[in-house]
Amino acid sequence: MIEVEHLTKAYNGRKAVDDISFRVEKGEILGFLGPNGAGKTTTMRILTCYMPATDGTARVAGFDVFENSLEVRKRIGYLPENPPLYPEMTVQSYLHFVAKIKGTPSAQRKTQVEDAMDRCSITDVRDRIIGKLSKGYKQRVGLAQSLLNNPEVLILDEPTIGLDPKQIFEVRSLIKNLAGTHTVILSTHILPEVSMTCNRVVIINDGRLIAIDTPQGLANQQKGAERIALLIEGPREAVRQKLASIPGVMSVQAEAGSDAQPAGFTVECKLNTDLRRDIANAVVTQGWGLLELRGVSMSLEDVFINLVTKEEV
Amino acid sequence: MQNVLAIWQREMKAYFVSPIAYVVLTLWLLLSGLFFYAILTNVIQSTMMQSQFGPGSQPVDVPGIVTRGFFGTMSVVLLFMIPMLTMGLFAEEKKRGTMELLLTTPVGHLHAMMGKFLASTTFLLIMLAGTWVTISALFKYGQPDWKPILGAYLGLLLYGEGLLAAGLFISTLTENQIVSGVITFGVSLVLWLIDSFSSGASGAAKDVLSYLSVIGHLDDFIKGVIDTTHVIFYLSFAFVGLFLTYRSLESMRWRS
Ligand SMILES: Nc1ncnc2c1ncn2[C@@H]1O[C@H](COP(=O)(O)OP(=O)(O)OP(=O)(O)O)[C@@H](O)[C@H]1O
Ligand SMILES: [Mg+2]
Repeated sequence: MIEVEHLTKAYNGRKAVDDISFRVEKGEILGFLGPNGAGKTTTMRILTCYMPATDGTARVAGFDVFENSLEVRKRIGYLPENPPLYPEMTVQSYLHFVAKIKGTPSAQRKTQVEDAMDRCSITDVRDRIIGKLSKGYKQRVGLAQSLLNNPEVLILDEPTIGLDPKQIFEVRSLIKNLAGTHTVILSTHILPEVSMTCNRVVIINDGRLIAIDTPQGLANQQKGAERIALLIEGPREAVRQKLASIPGVMSVQAEAGSDAQPAGFTVECKLNTDLRRDIANAVVTQGWGLLELRGVSMSLEDVFINLVTKEEV
Repeated sequence: MQNVLAIWQREMKAYFVSPIAYVVLTLWLLLSGLFFYAILTNVIQSTMMQSQFGPGSQPVDVPGIVTRGFFGTMSVVLLFMIPMLTMGLFAEEKKRGTMELLLTTPVGHLHAMMGKFLASTTFLLIMLAGTWVTISALFKYGQPDWKPILGAYLGLLLYGEGLLAAGLFISTLTENQIVSGVITFGVSLVLWLIDSFSSGASGAAKDVLSYLSVIGHLDDFIKGVIDTTHVIFYLSFAFVGLFLTYRSLESMRWRS
C-alpha cells in the first residue's frame, strides 16, 4: 500500500531524512519511532504530498506522491504534528468544511461528521469554538478531521499527544480497530503504545532507518541474554558464588547493602535457556529465603535506547 | 469548483467573525459619507461664488464634479484599505498550520488561491455597494449623468482586483499577517506616489510613470469613458498578481 524507496530530504544541504526505504502492506499499522529531530514528521510530510523529497520515491496505493499527488491526496487522511484547525470555527462547521474539501458527497457529509465526532468523543463540544477548546480536545478534533471521507491510508503524527489516559486508551483502540481495513502509519514517543497498537515498528535516528521489525521481533533480536531477577535472604557473597556456579549462568550482579536485609540479584543466562527451576532449587537447598523470582523480558524501551545509542557510538 | 466555493465560504465567514471586516466597513462608510459631504459643500460654495460674477458664466455640472471628486478620493482610501483585506489570507493559513490541511487534501494551491481571491473580491463588492448610500443622494436631488457613475464603479472594481491580487501574493510570503499587511501598505504607498511623481516628471520617464500609475488609469473611467487600454492594464495587473501568488504557493512544493 505504501512503498518508500531511498527517500532523502535535505533542508539547505542538511539531511533530515537519509535514504529510507520500507513498505507497508494493506491493513497494516506501522509505528514510527525515533528521538526528537529524527525525521519522522519530515517523512510523513513527504508521504502526504505536503513537501517533495530531495531524492528517492514514495508511492501510496500505487501512485507516486510527486507525479500523481492528487490521486494520493484523495486517499489519505492526515493528522499533522500541529492539528490544522481554524480557531474561529465551531467544531461541527470545521468538520463539515473538511469533509467538503475532501470531496465527501453532500448526502454523506452529515453522517460522516457525526461518525467522526462520535469516534473521537467530541460530540459534546460540537458547537464550541475551536479556539476555546483545551489542548486535548483540539487534538481530538484534529484526529476526527483525519478520519473524514473514510480514507484508505491514515498518517498520524503523534496522535495521542496531549490526551488524558482514558482518551489515550480510546484512541489506541480506535487505531487498532482500523487495522485490516485501513493502512496506518503513526509516529509516537510512547514506546508501549507501539507494542500495543502496531504490527511493525520502524526506528529512525538522525534521518536513517536503523531497524524495522515486529515489536516482539525487535525485542528478541536485541536481547543478548535471558535475565532473571531474584530477591534472596542470605549471606550476599555466598549467594552470589552459588548462583554463578549453576551451569548456564553467565553473570550475577548483586545489589549493594547489608546481609541483614534481603538483597536483589540479577542473573544473566544463556539465550533460550530457562534456569528458573535450577536457581530456585539451589537457593532453597542452601536454606536461604527465596522471596522473589521472575524472568525479565527486554522492553521496547531497552531496545530503543540500545539501538539509538549504539548508532551514535 | 466545489473546493473553491468551500474556501470562499469559509473565508467569508472568517471575515465576519473577525473585527477586521467591521473596522474596514465602518471606516469605509464613514469616510465615504464625510468626503461626500465635504466635496458637495465645497462644490456648491464655489458655484455660488462663480454665479456672483453675474450672467454669462457657464452653467456648472454640480453632480458631475461631485462624482468625480468623490470617486477620485475613494480610490485613494481603497488603496489603503485593501491591505487589511488581504494581509491574513495566506499568512494566517501558514501560521496556524492549516496550509498543511489545504495542500494535503484534494484542494491544492490553485483552488485555495481562487477561493481566497473570490472572497476578497466579494468583500470589495460589498464595500463598493456601500458607497451607493451616499451616491444615491445625488439622484434624489438632481439628474446626474449615470455614465460616469457606472464607469467609476467598474473602474474601482478592476483597480481593486489588481490591488487584491498584489496583496494576496504578499500574504504568501510570510506567516506574519502584520508583516504582510505592512508590506502591502508600503507597496500601495509607492503606487500612490508614482502618480504624483508622474505629474512632475517629463519625457519618457513621465510616460513610464504615468503608465505605471494605478490610480492614473482610473481617470477615464470616472469621466464615464471606458477605454480598453485601461481595462487591459488592470486585468494584467491582477493576472500578474495571481500568477505570482500561484508560483509562490507552488514553490513550497518544488524539489530543491
Ligand atoms: N522546515 C524546515 N527547515 C529546516 N529544517 C527543518 C525543517 N523541518 C524540520 N527540519 C529539521 O529536520 C530534522 C527532522 O525534523 P522532524 O520534524 O522530521 O523530526 P521529528 O522526528 O518529527 O521530531 P519530533 O519527535 O521532535 O517531532 C530536524 O533536525 C529539524 O530541525
Ligand atoms: Mg515530529
